[in-house]
Amino acid sequence: MNISKSPWVLHYDGSSCNGCDIEVLATMTPLYDVERFGIINTGNPKHADVLLLTGGVNAQTAPVIRQLYNMMPDPKVVVACGICACDGGIFKECYNILGGADKVVPVDVYVPGCAVRPEALIEGVVKAVGILEEKRKKLKESMKAGYCTVDYSKMAVHMTADDYDPSTQYDAVLTEEALRQQAEEKIKASAKPVVPAAKPAAPAPKAPAPAAANNDVKGENG
Amino acid sequence: MYKWMIIKALLYILLAPVIGGLMSGLDRVFSARMQGRQGPPVVQPFFDVNKLLHKQTTVVNSIQVLFVTVYLIFTIFTGALFFAGGDMLLVFFALSMSEVMLVLAAFSTNGPYSIMGAQRELLQMMCYEPMTLLVAIGFYYANGSFMVDELITKPVPAIVQIPGFFIGFVFILIIKLRKSPFDLSTSHHMHQEMVKGLTTDLSGSNLALVEIAEWYDTVLMLGIVGLFFINNNPISRLWAIIAIAVVFFLETLIDNLFPRVKYKTMLIVTWSVILVFAGTNLLILNVLK
Repeated sequence: MNISKSPWVLHYDGSSCNGCDIEVLATMTPLYDVERFGIINTGNPKHADVLLLTGGVNAQTAPVIRQLYNMMPDPKVVVACGICACDGGIFKECYNILGGADKVVPVDVYVPGCAVRPEALIEGVVKAVGILEEKRKKLKESMKAGYCTVDYSKMAVHMTADDYDPSTQYDAVLTEEALRQQAEEKIKASAKPVVPAAKPAAPAPKAPAPAAANNDVKGENG
Repeated sequence: MYKWMIIKALLYILLAPVIGGLMSGLDRVFSARMQGRQGPPVVQPFFDVNKLLHKQTTVVNSIQVLFVTVYLIFTIFTGALFFAGGDMLLVFFALSMSEVMLVLAAFSTNGPYSIMGAQRELLQMMCYEPMTLLVAIGFYYANGSFMVDELITKPVPAIVQIPGFFIGFVFILIIKLRKSPFDLSTSHHMHQEMVKGLTTDLSGSNLALVEIAEWYDTVLMLGIVGLFFINNNPISRLWAIIAIAVVFFLETLIDNLFPRVKYKTMLIVTWSVILVFAGTNLLILNVLK
């Protein structure tokens, strides 16, 4: 109820022929007017709820899509628009195409078509909004359980022009499940050092190992 | 007397977000109808803010939370002071303070679009600040007081003596309400060259606070428009409401008619309008007195 009334959309063109992009924009026109459902096309991942992806993913756009996905605040959904974004489409055999959008980020709704019809697109976004609502409930539960989600301040540091390297940054996609696991590992790791206090001799050498592993996880994501 | 002031201030604090939100919704409906679209429901801004409050808030720099909160508090303080019948000068000074807080919030994020938006917001402030000060001075010249509760008890409405100030103020309202020819720092419409300007790096509840502060701000600005028309006759309040409706519709119309201009054009145009209308009016008032 909360989110379904105002899904804000972020549209990214993976490597589309622009057919689907024109249809995405067509939904904003007076004929289809998606704003009557409260849908706004924001150009800003930090304001977006729904990520609309068009076109297959190639080696250059993959890190960009990951970055956009990671920058979007939870809860979020991904809609693959058009057959290219679903599984690569006519460009599937091309040397530079990795495949559909689901090779890079978890896709929630697939909207096929070449190019995708505006009606189908609106239906897809409406479906996505339903999923968004479920995800919001899940997020609420995990917040209650005390899982912090992600430290975005680290990401911002790496977005300065000097140390931004698309080939190494944002390799991990921060899905809800991944974050949950990460949080659980963190909690386990932070619980370990309490044990050596009781038994000072034996488990002491073990203690650095989980901490190091934890740092690695941080490094990959941050 | 103080009791009444507190009640008026409380009424503003409670009612302003409702009125401001509905105004914002009406604005979107008007815009949609002008473009031949159906448009969102009038209560859409409330849905948006409700959603933003339920989303995860990503914070780039933890001090931005402080700045955004202080921005909201100062905006509420400004409006409460105005509607309780306080000092016009203090209202406008506190208003610039709240704007500065928003600019600082944008600067603190260190993002390229936020910084661009913040710099443009400073330019916008340079454009409208002279006019806001002149409005306070104009009211003093017309009715001999800076206090709002004394201004509304005068026999002649201020618009009779300071129509030039009114035109100047309606003109800078385009900037204050972030309408199209002068929405340089942030835009209510689709993604454009500066993404979302000032608010690019704000998300979740922080963005919701900024939205709520803008509702308060809208009500305050339209309240000042109404102040030009109110005198000791109770019927004048009706005229004030009609004037507010006309001005608000005019701003939406202007928003839909004009594309965004460069900051130099904005500076030249706003200062010219201020100088021609408010300056001439001030000169005439001086000569007559």
